[in-house]
Amino acid sequence: MFSSRMFNILVPVISVILGLIAGALIMLIFGYNPILGYQALWDGAFGNVYFFGETVRQVTPYIFTGLAVAFAFRSGLFNIGAEGQVIIGWLASVWIGTSLHAPMIIHLPITIIGAALAGALWGFLPGLLKARLGVHEVIVTIMMNYIALHVSNAMIRNVLTDGSDSTEKVAESALLSSDWLMEITGYSRLHYGILIAFLAAFIMWFLLEKTTIGYELRSVGFNRHASEYAGMSVGKNIILAMVISGAFAGLAGAMEGLGTFGYMPTNSSFTNLGFDGIAVALLGGNTAIGSVIAAFLFGVLKIGSLNMPTTAGVPGELVEIVIALIIFFVASSYIIRWVILRFKKEGK
Amino acid sequence: MDNYVIEMLGIRKEFPGIVANDNITLQVKQGEIHALLGENGAGKSTLMNVLFGLYQPEKGEIRVKGEKVNITDPNKANDLGIGMVHQHFMLVDTFTVTQNIILGSEPKQLGIVDLKKAEKEVVDLSERYGLKVDPQAKIKDISVGMQQRVEILKTLYRGAEVLILDEPTAVLTPQEIKELIGIMKTLIKEGISIILITHKLKEIMEVCDRCTVIRKGVGIGTVNVEETNTNELASLMVGREISFKTEKSASNPKQTVLRVDNLRVKDSRNVEMVKGLDLEVKAGEIIGIAGVDGNGQSELIEAITGLRKADAGSVFLNEKNITNLPPRKVTESGVSHIPQDRHKFGLVLDFPIGENMVLQTYYQKPYANSGVLSYSKIYRYAKSLIEQYDVRTPSAYTKARALSGGNQQKAIIAREVDRSPDLLIAAQPTRGLDVGAIEFIHKKLIEERDSGKAILLVSFELDEILNVSDKIAVMFDGKIVAIVRPQETNEQELGLLMAGSRKEKVGES
Repeated sequence: MFSSRMFNILVPVISVILGLIAGALIMLIFGYNPILGYQALWDGAFGNVYFFGETVRQVTPYIFTGLAVAFAFRSGLFNIGAEGQVIIGWLASVWIGTSLHAPMIIHLPITIIGAALAGALWGFLPGLLKARLGVHEVIVTIMMNYIALHVSNAMIRNVLTDGSDSTEKVAESALLSSDWLMEITGYSRLHYGILIAFLAAFIMWFLLEKTTIGYELRSVGFNRHASEYAGMSVGKNIILAMVISGAFAGLAGAMEGLGTFGYMPTNSSFTNLGFDGIAVALLGGNTAIGSVIAAFLFGVLKIGSLNMPTTAGVPGELVEIVIALIIFFVASSYIIRWVILRFKKEGK
Repeated sequence: MDNYVIEMLGIRKEFPGIVANDNITLQVKQGEIHALLGENGAGKSTLMNVLFGLYQPEKGEIRVKGEKVNITDPNKANDLGIGMVHQHFMLVDTFTVTQNIILGSEPKQLGIVDLKKAEKEVVDLSERYGLKVDPQAKIKDISVGMQQRVEILKTLYRGAEVLILDEPTAVLTPQEIKELIGIMKTLIKEGISIILITHKLKEIMEVCDRCTVIRKGVGIGTVNVEETNTNELASLMVGREISFKTEKSASNPKQTVLRVDNLRVKDSRNVEMVKGLDLEVKAGEIIGIAGVDGNGQSELIEAITGLRKADAGSVFLNEKNITNLPPRKVTESGVSHIPQDRHKFGLVLDFPIGENMVLQTYYQKPYANSGVLSYSKIYRYAKSLIEQYDVRTPSAYTKARALSGGNQQKAIIAREVDRSPDLLIAAQPTRGLDVGAIEFIHKKLIEERDSGKAILLVSFELDEILNVSDKIAVMFDGKIVAIVRPQETNEQELGLLMAGSRKEKVGES
């Protein structure tokens, strides 16, 4: 038998490899050379400094949404609402970024914290409903996604601008972007957010593993009854987990608002950052370090695949299928593991 | 030559690192009830899983009705007429009794399940074997005893001739146990043979014909029950003499620690379960609450410990009103609680055993400093408890889930007793444990009493109540209907009281 740590590392690695093989088969069936395809993918992510900068830029919000979903999951909650929390965080960051005028040392932190608080609020509501009324968080967070999408569009058109489809540029004093980072990466959109993402991963790890707050959250996540018996407030912990989870997702929005774009456009559909965050968290085994690693994989796939149509001639649609297959295998491996553990539990 | 229906000869089963079964021989005669006796973790379940086709033995052979067989999977076992009723039932809650019984081998007509026919078959079976069930009731609406009958019917429906019952009485009330014993006797009359896995010696003496003993994975031998007694069986099982009467001196009660006044509590269905209950527990005494499951014991304990709101009445601890305080406050005022359901309440099974040891105290010094856990202190403490209370675990970092039931319970007892509370509530502290572990736990409870703690013991086992308590409070229909002293009563009288017949309260002191 594997030790559980081995198991936790082996399962995602194998599933990524299986996904790559399945993607290769699809490319072969449609008459494309998978080696060239994956070569293009690799080059598209690491081929030169520009691509590398873009990859890291994409990894940044993935780390945050991965952490958001993983954090909720460790507390026994399934936060499908990271998507909505990203959008609301993005909106808040751009709003504060465009409306407030202050030196950077004040403006930037306030803007980032504002985004985190907005995301936290979006997590608080489902948490409150779950804790007080027992409404399932999955339903509420899905609905909150739509509310976030349409509220933010309406706000951009009617409050932040006068009927325009995107906001103004965020003030220089609230931007995460850096000329220096852009210069050394061939003018990619790389920004300082990645450092904040690493910090956030550290915070999540420390909070969950090292503090009494984390002890309670994990305990409630594993066994509500025993936690209540031990004197913990289950409701308080559910709300807290959703608030912190929402804050992480809100920060992912700030990365887009203050880093990548510097403004917010109206969105006709979801950004998918939050939904991809679910896959990131699952692949990362719902740990902080795992989420960081998985976010890199997703960033590489996302940015690298842009290069596949032009270099290897693999059509964009097929690229999407290959990427989806990899994610599918990752997700189904999780299902397989879940099923095994379930059976083990019941067999006892 | 005896007529053996099942023979397991020289069975050896290894798992990485351990030999779970070594040279065990079990021979079951046609139409007998054969007990398989051993401590928790002795290898009884492994042996039965070998017979049921879940494990393959490394050595030895299995014969069914004299013919050598190779049981590769449970379906094969079914085909050979071997049926198993697991300790944890495998039923679909929302299905009816009939649907559960036929599940997997449904009578069909043109691909459609013939429920009418199935129901008739179920009724026939239940009449033939004296297993009364309502074929149309849903599993979630029937009692545990009924569910067990459904499990037995399930195996009979599949044509089982040999029935393996895995600790069937662990989950039953005394009344249900009596009924089950009756059922087993009817079954053997109908030619069914039964293998009863158990560590309850009384049951073996009562129903079994022969008994095979396993100790630490090794077959010790088979004895005729008629020619033995519980003491001999116990020492065969444990390998040393066991005292059943727990040694204890007379109690020396002091000031009142727990006082419950006119307490009323509703359960989650909003039915009043505790109906104006009064109770007093003094320092230095053990009050045993005897009663049939479902007479408000759980609700009483939950109300005292803050897990459930009391609707009326009050609870005092050391003359301080603790009624309806949250669990944390109750714990902090000096109450420890060994919960009835150790998996649901007692442990976070996915936490290491070390972290489980500080489940109520993790936020206090020295285990945490300004909100940051000190794992070195937590584990140092956990390791000392593990040693002191002889919790058998590979390490303090092992998940609680991986421990055997007895060791999980020891861990909980270590944690609760070591907090050194004024009041220790022990609900079913020895449920499902073997005699060695029971002896240990009873000793601990009495030690705590002697050191001046007040102890409230709730148990459905009359032996335990009679053995350990200084006073017995009989609970019926949400009230204490009698308080008796164990020296002045017996099982018959308690049984009557538990069933609701009146008696004047005695021994007010």
